[in-house]
Amino acid sequence: MVNGATEESVLRLIPLLPLAAAAYHGVMLGLVRRPTPRTVTIAISCGAVLASFVASCVAFWSLIQHPNGSHLLVDNVFSWIGSGVGVHAFSADVAFLLDPLSSVMTLVITGVGSLIHIYSVAYMDDDQRDDKGFQRFFCYLNLFTFSMLILVLADNLVLMFLGWEGVGLCSFLLIGFWYSDEWNAYCGSKAFIVNRIGDFGFLLGLFLLFSSLVDVGKPAVEFQDIERNLALITEATLAVPEWLGGGEWLLVNVIALCFFVGAVGKSAQLPLYVWLPDAMAGPTPVSALIHAATMVTAGVYLVCRMGFLFAVAPFASMVVAWTGALTAVFAAVIAIAQTDIKKVLAYSTVSQLGYMFLAAGCGGYTAAVFHVASHAFFKALLFLGAGSVILALHHEQNLENMGGLWRRTPRTHVVFLIGVLTIAGFPGLSGFFSKDEILVAAFASEIPGHTWLYGIGLATSGLTAFYMFRLHFLTFYGESRASADIREHIDEPGKLIIYPLYVLAFFAIFFGYAGLPQVWGDLVFGVDNSNSLANFLMPTLAVVPHNQLDHTTEVWLAAAAITAGVVGFGFAWFFYMMRPQLPERIAAALRIPHQLLVRKFYVDEAYDLLFVRPLVAISDRVLFRVIDVAVIDGLAVGGIARLVRATGTNLLRHAQSGFAQTYIFFMIAGAVAIVWILLR
Amino acid sequence: MVPIEHVIALSAALFTIGVGGVLIRRNLIVILMSIELMLNAANVALIGFNRMWPGIEGAPRMDGQVFVLMVITVAACEVAVGLGILISMFRNRDSVNIDEVNLLKW
Amino acid sequence: MGPIEPFLLSFVTFFPLLAGVGLLLIAALASWIGTKGLPDSLWKSVGLASTLATFGVSVRLFVEFDATRTGFQFVEHLSWIPEYGVNYFVGIDGISLLMVMLTTFLVPIVFIASWDDIRESIPTFVFFMLFLETGMLGAFVSLNVFQFYLFFEVMLIPMYFIIGIWGGPRRIYAAVKFFLFTMFGSLFMLVAVLVTYLLHFEQFGALQFDLVSTTGESKALLDTVIPLSGQIVDGEPVVWWKTQTWLFAAFGLAFAIKVPMFPFHTWLPDAHVEAPTAGSVVLAGVLLKMGTYGFVRFAIPLFPVAALEFTPIILALSVVGILYGSLVAMVQTDIKRLVAYSSVAHLGFVMLGMFALNEQGLNGSVLQMVNHGVSTGALFLLVGMLYERRHTRLISDFGGIAKPMPVYAAFFGLVTLSSIGLPMLNGFVGEFLILMGGFLAHPPSAAVATFGVVLAAVYMLWMYRRVMFGPVTNPENRSLIDLGLREKLVMVAMAVPILWLGIYPNTFLLRIQPSVIELLHQVEVRTALTTLPSTEDVALLAAADTAADPAADPNREPQP
Repeated sequence: MVNGATEESVLRLIPLLPLAAAAYHGVMLGLVRRPTPRTVTIAISCGAVLASFVASCVAFWSLIQHPNGSHLLVDNVFSWIGSGVGVHAFSADVAFLLDPLSSVMTLVITGVGSLIHIYSVAYMDDDQRDDKGFQRFFCYLNLFTFSMLILVLADNLVLMFLGWEGVGLCSFLLIGFWYSDEWNAYCGSKAFIVNRIGDFGFLLGLFLLFSSLVDVGKPAVEFQDIERNLALITEATLAVPEWLGGGEWLLVNVIALCFFVGAVGKSAQLPLYVWLPDAMAGPTPVSALIHAATMVTAGVYLVCRMGFLFAVAPFASMVVAWTGALTAVFAAVIAIAQTDIKKVLAYSTVSQLGYMFLAAGCGGYTAAVFHVASHAFFKALLFLGAGSVILALHHEQNLENMGGLWRRTPRTHVVFLIGVLTIAGFPGLSGFFSKDEILVAAFASEIPGHTWLYGIGLATSGLTAFYMFRLHFLTFYGESRASADIREHIDEPGKLIIYPLYVLAFFAIFFGYAGLPQVWGDLVFGVDNSNSLANFLMPTLAVVPHNQLDHTTEVWLAAAAITAGVVGFGFAWFFYMMRPQLPERIAAALRIPHQLLVRKFYVDEAYDLLFVRPLVAISDRVLFRVIDVAVIDGLAVGGIARLVRATGTNLLRHAQSGFAQTYIFFMIAGAVAIVWILLR
Repeated sequence: MVPIEHVIALSAALFTIGVGGVLIRRNLIVILMSIELMLNAANVALIGFNRMWPGIEGAPRMDGQVFVLMVITVAACEVAVGLGILISMFRNRDSVNIDEVNLLKW
Repeated sequence: MGPIEPFLLSFVTFFPLLAGVGLLLIAALASWIGTKGLPDSLWKSVGLASTLATFGVSVRLFVEFDATRTGFQFVEHLSWIPEYGVNYFVGIDGISLLMVMLTTFLVPIVFIASWDDIRESIPTFVFFMLFLETGMLGAFVSLNVFQFYLFFEVMLIPMYFIIGIWGGPRRIYAAVKFFLFTMFGSLFMLVAVLVTYLLHFEQFGALQFDLVSTTGESKALLDTVIPLSGQIVDGEPVVWWKTQTWLFAAFGLAFAIKVPMFPFHTWLPDAHVEAPTAGSVVLAGVLLKMGTYGFVRFAIPLFPVAALEFTPIILALSVVGILYGSLVAMVQTDIKRLVAYSSVAHLGFVMLGMFALNEQGLNGSVLQMVNHGVSTGALFLLVGMLYERRHTRLISDFGGIAKPMPVYAAFFGLVTLSSIGLPMLNGFVGEFLILMGGFLAHPPSAAVATFGVVLAAVYMLWMYRRVMFGPVTNPENRSLIDLGLREKLVMVAMAVPILWLGIYPNTFLLRIQPSVIELLHQVEVRTALTTLPSTEDVALLAAADTAADPAADPNREPQP
């Protein structure tokens, strides 16, 4: 190892502990016949993640104590891929970089991850459909934690790609965890393949960036080196081929857009969001950990990490912001009509991720990271709460069969309500502050159409309040619509389920004060430099010029957001508490728009029809059957073979008559011919 | 001394007769005899050439003679094998007509 | 191992064959003294032991290989037919080292894997496998072109019989097709070899098949100037068959068929599907590398200018091969055929990286040859294990296999992921470097090829899902037995390089690197050598230069 036991080497422990646990489980499952006792599995898995959390805290501590104030720890473990010398030299190391951005992410991942591991112990104990599944589940979960930590701790793009693909893989494995079900397996592969389309963009961006850095003689894949040398290529342009309209594009825009394609795939934005709702086929803790709190925010993390690139690529940033805003409202609209409790939460996740991209595109990287963290808490809370509801109802996920649960599961009800209030932006809770920051960033940005972006964001926050309260009301209030035998067995789940929820609820409420916007610091609390999160993140994140807003404007913006939330709540109250029959009647009256919403605008069907089917059909009917079998093998190869055979049967075989005398005749004729030629 | 041209002419005539026999006749025995004729034509030529280059005194050149003995031996073997084939063919097919033996074809 | 020290490479190459011949002799002796010959199990164990010993010695080669040096190591040079320049000349550089390692690693694995698989004429099988190993190793270590050609052809014989005797229902068709395709191409190569030999004779007055010279003074084929089309040699335009273009085309055809590149690939699915597991593994793992290796070792350094001329075509065919192979693989109904088409795609990557003709691309390309050997070999082994149990390879006959065979599913998953290039597994490193090299050389084709990464995930995962996941619908699949100890051993052995190459590829990259740099250097030197203008041209150039830039030195090196 390169550098003994320095303070940096704690960094390698953070991802390696979960990896060790995963490897242990993998070996036990694959090569040892006897099943491991559950207690051992639990101890190793949860222990590894908790230890990793402790290591993260230690690393965080040494980061803020770092003497020279550079807020940077680098742990170079070993050289992974090294190839080439001179200007083409490429080298990617297994090296971990802890700066404020990655430390925030690490803490969230290991912290929320630990809670969800603990929660899973109880959840998977109850639900266990195949042999050895328990250990397999924790193996995957550890592997996921490892990949996610690699993703955020990587100090270069290639190692980041490792984590990037790794989380995609684990998501595939965990969505399809109950693989005996055809649908789950389908959803798993769908997630992986759609993610791979995003990875395609990531790779293109990486290669384009690297080759343009090679052109200026500074090849690098480490973030810090890229940042340092980026100025050399900001002016470079890329000639666009004729069929794309010709002209010249700014190279950084193209590179940033390629990376953004990667982010779109991973973070389920338009048009690649389709995998996330289907990912709900996985176990609920998985949905909470991977498809809400951590993995899906990787795209946002990437954009923030590469903020220095997006900051100089105005067009790409605009695309990011618009994609985010449109996704936010689009997913929120779909969420209104969903009847599966997890589907609603899934679309809400897509929508919240759109918010984060909106912020990042507008240059509000701090706001984006803030929302990533607060979203991790409240969305994990909501998902785990939903899991608790699902357990209480014995694996019933349909909202139409719920209702009136607050009496039977009071604790779940309370924490869920906290989650709903947080996401809806109830003043003082973390969601309020982080969402507010995003809307302010959108309002203050200088990109074209930023007021529209703000408007969309505001409308979405109203929609969010509406569908979240709808969800809450349908689940917990009103009359129970569950079938009679289930109704009798509704029970609050055990302590292992509830306690993690309490912790998450605590953070959902109070985390916002870590990143308290200055306006509230000044007006309400009277604290200077109240936004400690932003101050902490400041050295890492790129700064984009934006309009300065005075406190009055900011307060008005907050008031507008609160109003939108109240309006959303009001509608939900009206439709689902006061007139519960009304929604059905409206749905019946507006059958076509309602169907459109319920079927999610038929996007899946359209993709199937436009891309999947034609590709399979062309591959099968044209490429395989016509080109391969008929043309190449049949016509070309077979043709030559037939030609040879035909020459033989029709022509040359008559020379082989079987009469010895004919042969002798030809032999002598040949001899005579040779003699004649020689003597000529 | 017979001039060498005469010997070559005789040899060529014998060889041509032999070739004609092999090509034209159908009876395997006659064909074998024609082959013998060709071999003997070669022998005549060899003897003739040997006489043409007698070598120096004390070290006479006998290559041609030696070859002839060689050819005669081989011819004897060949006839033995050929007659063997002929007999086995006659046993199998009641004929030594070469037209009827054309199994070795496509 | 004292006495074999100077002949380490020859030992590795010929030990399998010697063991095979020794077994034959002993068997003959045994039947002569009246027993029934040697028992089958003895054949198998001795075969396995000798291949393991070969692997052991080749590990020594790997360890003792000096990664800091360029050029060939473990060189042995003996006169064979010196009048015609045919010598026994072996030696390895980093590239051939990896190929040798791959071969010696795969053959014992194949032995273990087909321990119970092959039931008829076991002695013959063992002998042919040993014979095949020597053939393959010989081709990789040969530095004499005649000798290379000999080994290149000789390994067809055992492979032909392995497919033809122990294959599936259409084995004869597949074996003949395989044989004819390869033979067809290599005859063109033979002619090209002879022309190159002739050119060498014309220039140096000596008959020489050695690729590189052993001493400083003597000249070898790589010193020959091979004219370009349109060049004037001795006052006359050069005849077409003596030009680099045609000679490269002839070499290229032979190797492109072997690789196989689109559209010369149709022998591959048939050969793979019909061959027994052992045959498929060796075919995919090693024999296909003969083509790519031939390009690196012979075609590119001998005819560098033509290689550049052909680069657009080869890049295009590689990219088409990647997309086409992937799409066709996607719609296959037979698992083995699917894997075979995936080979077409993977080798498209190898060719793409190679003809990027830069360090990244070539490093990746060589590494990907090994990766493909390991991953696809492992896939064929796994398919073989399933076939042994169910005697079918149709995807539709399966479904839910992960339930009765979880360990099998886990290994299959690992290999699948390695095949689609997941980071930390071997496929990624090669593909990544190839695409990076491709991007530095020709961005558009590399960008299209990158999409192949998506398609790879599509076809492999789709197959995996249909075979492994879902409910067990076919009752015959319910009682499948999971992997036994022997099979687990095989798969663990395959997992070692998969993980090693993925996690710490530098072990291998370090050894490839000097050879790749040497190759690029050679290409540069030989390009300069070939494009040296004739005397009149030099005068003209000098005149033009002085006209343009009075300070220019008229005697400076002409630019290629």
